[in-house]
Amino acid sequence: MTQRLPAKDVVVVGLGWTGSILSYELARSGLEVVAIERGPWRDTAADFNITTAPDELRYGIRLEMFLRPAQETVTMRNTPEQRALPIRRFGSFLPPNGVGGAGMHWNGQTWRFLPTDFVIRSHYAQRYGAGFLPEGNQIQDWGVTYDELEPFYDAFEYCAGISGEAGNLQGKIQPGGNPFEGPRSRPYPTPPQLQGYAQQLFAQASAGKGLHPFPRPSANISTAYTNPYGVRMAPCTYCGFCERFGCANYSKASPQTCVLPALVRQPGFEARTECEVLKVNLTPDGKHATGVTYIDTQGQQWEQPADLVLLCAFSFFNVRLLLLSGIGKPYDHAAGEGVVGRNYAYQTGSGSTGYFGEGTHFNPFAASGSLGVAVDDYNSDNFDHGSVGFVGGASITCAYTNGRPIAYRPTLPGTPNWGSAWKRGVKTMYNRAMGVGAQGSVMSYRDNYLDLDPTYKDDYGRPLLRMTFNYQPNEQKMANWMADRCDEIVKAMGAQQTRIGHLGVPWSVVPYQTTHNTGGAVMGTDPKTSALNRYLQSWDVSNVFVMGASAFPQNAGYNPTGTVGALTYWSLNAIREQYLKAPGPLVQI
Amino acid sequence: MTISTRRQLLASAAIIVFSRAAFGHTILGKLPWRPNEVYPPEPLGSPGWHFFTPGEAATVDAMVDRFIPADELGPGGKQAGCTVFIDRQLSGPYGTYEWLYMKGPFPADPLPSQGLQSPLTPRQQYRLGLAALNAYCRGKYDNRAFAQLDADAQDKLLDGMEKGEVQLPEFSARMLFGTVLANTMEGFFADPIYGGNRDMAGWKLIGFPGTRYDYRDVMQNPNKPYSLPPVGLKGRVSADRSPT
Repeated sequence: MTQRLPAKDVVVVGLGWTGSILSYELARSGLEVVAIERGPWRDTAADFNITTAPDELRYGIRLEMFLRPAQETVTMRNTPEQRALPIRRFGSFLPPNGVGGAGMHWNGQTWRFLPTDFVIRSHYAQRYGAGFLPEGNQIQDWGVTYDELEPFYDAFEYCAGISGEAGNLQGKIQPGGNPFEGPRSRPYPTPPQLQGYAQQLFAQASAGKGLHPFPRPSANISTAYTNPYGVRMAPCTYCGFCERFGCANYSKASPQTCVLPALVRQPGFEARTECEVLKVNLTPDGKHATGVTYIDTQGQQWEQPADLVLLCAFSFFNVRLLLLSGIGKPYDHAAGEGVVGRNYAYQTGSGSTGYFGEGTHFNPFAASGSLGVAVDDYNSDNFDHGSVGFVGGASITCAYTNGRPIAYRPTLPGTPNWGSAWKRGVKTMYNRAMGVGAQGSVMSYRDNYLDLDPTYKDDYGRPLLRMTFNYQPNEQKMANWMADRCDEIVKAMGAQQTRIGHLGVPWSVVPYQTTHNTGGAVMGTDPKTSALNRYLQSWDVSNVFVMGASAFPQNAGYNPTGTVGALTYWSLNAIREQYLKAPGPLVQI
Repeated sequence: MTISTRRQLLASAAIIVFSRAAFGHTILGKLPWRPNEVYPPEPLGSPGWHFFTPGEAATVDAMVDRFIPADELGPGGKQAGCTVFIDRQLSGPYGTYEWLYMKGPFPADPLPSQGLQSPLTPRQQYRLGLAALNAYCRGKYDNRAFAQLDADAQDKLLDGMEKGEVQLPEFSARMLFGTVLANTMEGFFADPIYGGNRDMAGWKLIGFPGTRYDYRDVMQNPNKPYSLPPVGLKGRVSADRSPT
């Protein structure tokens, strides 16, 4: 039997970056906010303690802090004709669980998407002609522009203390920064991180090729910092335990280091952890949300009424909650209609590994999740696509994020995987191998989408989300072209031998690739092709807003979190300035 | 309830009773942690094998010593504690895949891109797989078990298993090979607190300094050799040397 709780103004589903920022800002405005999170509470002092945090087996391999597939997983197939099977062990991506969400165990690479990324369809049509876009694509403009988002990128970067070098300050190109970036209203809050020997070689080699190297923007911050919420961070020590780990140094921006200490002090705020939201409740006409139903750790179900429902779970789980709750028309692949589950996208990874001579000491263990030197010359539409014949691009970066040896054991190509020859090989190359990687965009296609699985269910009997995804020919062409560019740079850096890493096809769930899962509840200007309006408000149920990368109409050649943060502040601004004053649809159709 | 058990429960959807709230766990007004509240990994526990039979342990000892032979570069897998490591991993939550999605159906013909689709837990893989390997050896090598073969014969057999050229009776040779090799490498390079990487042999081989957690000096001195010895979660010492 479901028990009904006293009503709140706002219920937040999921307490990661987006949920904690919205909770803080709305509680500060005087609203009663309850955040419901299915995983445990986590805090630096107890859970990322320096005496337990740097443990590769526990956190990096057994994945203690991630969502466990036994709790929830997704089923997967490459094409719509295939039978989907559950991802029994997460590999290619690692969804989060618990307070802090993916913002707790991320690497911290914090980008702004480029101005052209937000208007990609109209931009390509204008520059190259409408016929240039790939077959089967559903590429869309976002419905929001870079200029509109700039103040909100700024807000997120100052919340998180991001370390970087501005490349474009109010329209003026700055030496040492990314000359392709959109104009910034002010510099990064903290200066760039230190770079290692490999990054120095990369900067020289890429500049020698006429490219424009700059330090990658980092949420592992270079110096002590106090953010606008009054929360203090400490400088990064380059320990090499970022992604998959909590930071024991208070150096990696996360909800824990940037928001939660201020949030819990807000009198109108309450968090309920180890409580899983089962669905958003609607009025009988389906047009208004009345709150959520969740289940606690004893199996008791509770109804939490609220005036405003903010879905702040990881991208997949926002989409699944919409589908399970009957909010928005589900995407029907056969008919090419419907919006919830439409335009799922991901990220490409390709590049080149270089093997250097004796006397090289790259010291890969001295690293942070987002140090690195990057070039953006081949990203988005920063170069002429007319001759290359593909859409999209990639950020190209030389970086170590870590040298943790269960997972990082480089050997020369052709070395056996075991035995004395392997021992010699890994001893020789651990300190002499380095990589240059291209993180590329993935466009949206009719055949890449999310829906509910007909066979596999979770512990509560609810269908799992089903993913249908493969890298399409456009992405394969782009990523492999980028791998060749990476290889040219690695050779120019002085590598004795290189190995090109092409895009793996078909996409496989097995090797880790990236947790940049985007789309499925995309924002836009047309309710026939987007689940959300430009303020991340559901077209169908106006008191439901959906945060996160599930709103991306397609993915750009960058990590998503910077844009997720910007969209959160953008949506928050609309909620505060427009919605709360006159609840209802913010965009009329 | 011990601390570590509590943490395992907290991170899963398991059923727990909280005294502070009638449902779930409520956080109000202040951060819910106490100073010095940490959650260390499970200790290695009592000496002796926790999962393996003596015969299984001898087989795994032989395998880990071919995967990582003792040679002029340093200790082999057995001396480095890889078998102890695997034994303790199998007796813990890893051994049952309790964190994974193990609901059926398990179709026989998954796509390679769909990854793990076997209902066999690691405990079952070792129990059935090692028995199959030894049955194969006894049939082919004059009634000798894997551990009784000479190193060359062991290497040839492992090579054939890796390449899919050897068929074991009623068990996938590739699955057994892949599981044991992966677990051996985990044991050789994981923190010594888990029973492997004894005397930090794995870390010393490649020059990984372990859990020093502060390399600002390295960043300020690029392309210089790193000379400090490795440290683990327990400092410069290895875990206790149970059970062998």
